[in-house]
Amino acid sequence: MTRLSVTGRPVLESVQHLQVRYAKRGRMRFASHRDIARAVERGVRKAALPIAYSAGFTPHPKISYAGAAATGMASEAEYLELAFTSPCEPEDVRARLDAALPDGIDVIEVAERGHEPPLAHLEASQWQLTLPGVPPAAAQEAIGEFLATSQVEVERLTKKGTRRMDARAAVISMELDRRATAAQPDGYGILRMVVRHTTPAVRPDDILVALNRVTGLTLSAPPLVTRLAQGPLDEAAGTVTPGPGSPGAAADRERET
Amino acid sequence: MVESVYPRLEPLLPQVTKPVQYVGGELNSVVKDWESADVRWALMYPDAYEVGLPNQGLQILYEVLNGRDGVLAERTYSVWPDLEKLMRSHGIPQFTVDAHRPVAAFDLLGVSFATELGYTNLLTALDLAGIPLAAADRADSHPLVLAGGHAAFNPEPIAEFLDGAVLGDGEQAVLTITDLVREWKAAGRPGGRGGLLLRLAADGGVYVPRFYDVTYLADGRIGSVRPNRPCVPGSVAKHTLMDLDDWAYPRQPLVPVAETIHERYSVEIFRGCTRGCRFCQAGMITRPVRERSKATIAGMVETGLQASGFSEVGLLSLSSSDHSEIHEIARELADRHEDTQTGLSLPSTRVDSFNVTLADELTRGGRRSGLTFAPEGGSDRIRKVINKMVTEEDLIRTVTTAYASGWRQVKLYFMCGLPTETDEDVLAIAPLARQVIKAGREATGRRDIRATVSIGGFVPKPHTPFQWAAQCDAATVDARLHALGAALRSEPGYGRAIGLRYHQGEPSIVEGLLSRGDRRVAAIIRAAWADGARFDGWSEYFSFERWARASQAALAAEPVDLDWYTTRERDYEEVLPWDHLDAGLDRDWLWQDWQDSVAADGTAEVDDCRWTPCYECGVCPAMGTEIQTGPMGPPGSRQLPLVAVGSGAGRPARELG
Repeated sequence: MTRLSVTGRPVLESVQHLQVRYAKRGRMRFASHRDIARAVERGVRKAALPIAYSAGFTPHPKISYAGAAATGMASEAEYLELAFTSPCEPEDVRARLDAALPDGIDVIEVAERGHEPPLAHLEASQWQLTLPGVPPAAAQEAIGEFLATSQVEVERLTKKGTRRMDARAAVISMELDRRATAAQPDGYGILRMVVRHTTPAVRPDDILVALNRVTGLTLSAPPLVTRLAQGPLDEAAGTVTPGPGSPGAAADRERET
Repeated sequence: MVESVYPRLEPLLPQVTKPVQYVGGELNSVVKDWESADVRWALMYPDAYEVGLPNQGLQILYEVLNGRDGVLAERTYSVWPDLEKLMRSHGIPQFTVDAHRPVAAFDLLGVSFATELGYTNLLTALDLAGIPLAAADRADSHPLVLAGGHAAFNPEPIAEFLDGAVLGDGEQAVLTITDLVREWKAAGRPGGRGGLLLRLAADGGVYVPRFYDVTYLADGRIGSVRPNRPCVPGSVAKHTLMDLDDWAYPRQPLVPVAETIHERYSVEIFRGCTRGCRFCQAGMITRPVRERSKATIAGMVETGLQASGFSEVGLLSLSSSDHSEIHEIARELADRHEDTQTGLSLPSTRVDSFNVTLADELTRGGRRSGLTFAPEGGSDRIRKVINKMVTEEDLIRTVTTAYASGWRQVKLYFMCGLPTETDEDVLAIAPLARQVIKAGREATGRRDIRATVSIGGFVPKPHTPFQWAAQCDAATVDARLHALGAALRSEPGYGRAIGLRYHQGEPSIVEGLLSRGDRRVAAIIRAAWADGARFDGWSEYFSFERWARASQAALAAEPVDLDWYTTRERDYEEVLPWDHLDAGLDRDWLWQDWQDSVAADGTAEVDDCRWTPCYECGVCPAMGTEIQTGPMGPPGSRQLPLVAVGSGAGRPARELG
C-alpha cells in the first residue's frame, strides 16, 4: 500500500541503503559538519540521485551521518548513508556524487549496506597529527611518557556543559609516524594514534591537551589533524581493522596497496 | 607571478570563527591562470561572506567577466575583526577567496555597495590590501577602486577613497571599462593613472570624482559642482541594461560551503519598479521596468537548479508579484518542479499586489511558514503621504484570507519617522495589528494566530521625492517606538499573539548622514574607522557614540554638523551633493511629488504607470525607451502587498515583548 504524506502525496519507500565513505581534504577541512551536510544534500540533488524523503510538512532527504571529524580536521574516512527510492549501481553513485561536490569533499567509496544496522562498527579511529614546532625526538619522548601514564583527566566545554574525561584510556596506541615524519618539510614530528570512540568523545585536541599536561609538549601553531581510518577496533593488535563489508574496510585496503 | 597567500593564511584559520568562509572553493567558482588574463578584476562585497556571497550583483559581474577570454575576476569579502587582527600581525594582505591572491595585485577593485553602512569596511579592505585610502595618494601600480550598487548613486561621502563610481546596471558597464583598461595597457599606459581615469570618465560612463570640483557657500551649503576637465560630462548618467533576456545571469550560481543568509537559486524576474513609493530609492533609481520573459525565467531556473543543487528558487525583483505574467510563471514552475521538493519564494524587499492563489502556488506541497505584508505606515493618512496605496480594509481582507488559507503567522513591516508623521500615525499600528489578529482568529476559529510588527527608522535617500525631507531625530523615533511597544502590550488577550521587532533611531541617523552626505563626510568616515568602526550594519559592532565623536572632530572647522546633514529640511534651491549624478529622474518631477506628498489639502496619489498613463518622471524619454512588460494586462484587482517569506533573516533587530 502506498503511504501518503501529510500533504496527501505518496511517499516513495526506501529500497536501497548505500554507505558512503568520503574524505574532507585540503581547505575543505575547515568545513563544519553542518556545512558538509548542506553540501551533500545539494550534491545529491545536483547528481539527480533518487534520494528518499521523509514524510511530513517539511520533507527531509534521508541521509544519515556517522560522527564527523571536527571543523579544522581533515579526514580520509568519513561515513554517511543514503536511502534511495530506486536501486543504483554503487560505483555510478560514487562518480556522480563526487562530481557534484566541491573539490576537497571527495567521495571515495560507495557500498550497499547488508543487514547490519546503519553505520555500524565504527568503534575507533586512526588519526595522524602533524605537530608544528616539535622535533621528532621530542615527539617520541612525549609519546613514551604519555603511554606510561595510566590516566589523564581533561575537561572540555560542550553544549551540555563542562565534560570530564580520561584522555589516556581512550588511546589504544600511539607512535611516531616515521615515514611521514621523514617526509615532513619543516622537520616536525608526525604522530599516529588509534583512539576508541567513547561518550563523550575524546577528540584529538583533547589528547593534545593531555599530552601537554603530562609531558609539557607545546606546539608553535595549530596542528594538522587527519583521520586516516575508522572502523571496528582490534583490541589485541591495537589497530582499526575493518573486516570485509564493514565501514572502513576500503580505507584499510587502500592503505595496504 | 602573483603568489597565493593561502599557505600563510591557513595556520591562522583554526584560530578564527567560521574559517570555511575564507577558503573559497565553492561549486561554480572560477580560478583562472593569472597570466591568461590582461585585465584582472577583484570584486568586493563589503560585508561578511555570509551576506556577500549570495549577492546577485556580484555573482552576475563575476560570471560576465570570467566569461570573457583574457579577463579574470575574483571575489573578496570583509574579514571579521578576529581575522583582521591576525592578518595585521602576520602581514597578510586582503585576499580574494578564489585563488587567495592579494587584492593589490589586480587592475581594478570593484566594490558593490548595497548600503552605506559598508563604507568603513571599504577602508579596512583598502588598508589591509596596502592600497592608500585616499585616491589621490595612489600610484599607477595600485588598482583602480570603483564603487557600484545603489549607494553609488551618491558616492560623494566616499569620493575621497574612490577612483570612480558606476551608476546603474553593471553588466555592460564592466565590459566597457575592461575594454578601456585593456586598450590603455596595450598602448603603454598613456598618461598613467590619470590618463586612464580620463578615458573612463569621457568614454566609459564612469563618474570620476577628482574631475569635479565642489565649492561651498559660507553657510555650509554646496555652491557648485563643476567638471574641471573639458572632456568629462557635466552630469553623469546611469547605465541601463535594456534587454534582460540577453543577459540571463547567473547561469552558474555560486554554491557556498559556508552557511549564508540566502541559500537558493535566485532569478531576477524584472528590474525597476513604477509603484512610486516616495521613500523607496531602489524603486526610483532602477526605472524603467524591464521584465524578463517567462521563457527566459523558466530556462534560467532549469539550468540554475541543475548547476547548483539548490532546493529553493527565489523570484527576485522589487515587487515580484507585479510581473505581468507572475501567475503563469509561478504555476509553470510549480508544475515543472513538482515532486522534486523544490520551493518557490518571492523574497522581495518591497511588496506589492499579490493574492493568496499565487501564494498557494508558491507553497504548493510545501510548508506555510510565514507571509510578510508591508503597509509601511500605520495610518491611511501616512500611507498616502508615502504613496503606499493600501487601505486598512485591504490589509485586513488579505491577511484574513491568508490566515484562512492555512498561514498562522504574518509579518507586518513599518517605518517610523516618515515626513509629517505624528505619534498617532505610529500608535495606529497597535490597533491595526490587533485587528489583524482578531480577524485571523475569527476566520480560523483558532487562537494560535500570530503577527510580528517589524519597524525601523525612515532614512531619506537621494534621488527620491523625500531627498529634501528632514530626517526624524533619533529621540523622537525611539519615543514613538517605545510608545508603540507600550500600546501593543496594553490590551489583554493579544500579548503573545503580537511580537515587536524594532531598529533604534541612532543607527538610522548615521545611515542618513552617509546617504545624503557630501565630500566633507569622508573625514567623518575616516575618523570613525580609525576609532574602530567596522561592520556598522551589525548592531553588535555599531556604536553611535563613535560616529558622534567622529562627526564632531571632523566637522569642527566646518559650519555644518551631524544634525545639518540629517534632520535638516532642504529647499528647492539648494545644490544637493548628487545633483550632477543622473538617475534619469526629472528633478522638478521629484520636487513636485515631494510637494504633493506634504500638501496641507491632502496628498496627491501617483499611480503605477505600468497600468495607468505616464506621469512624466523623466526616465523613459531620457533613455529613449518605455516600460517593458509582457503581453498581460494589469492584474484583475488591486491586491494587498504580500510576500512569501524567504529563508534569509534581515539585519539584527531587538526583540521586544
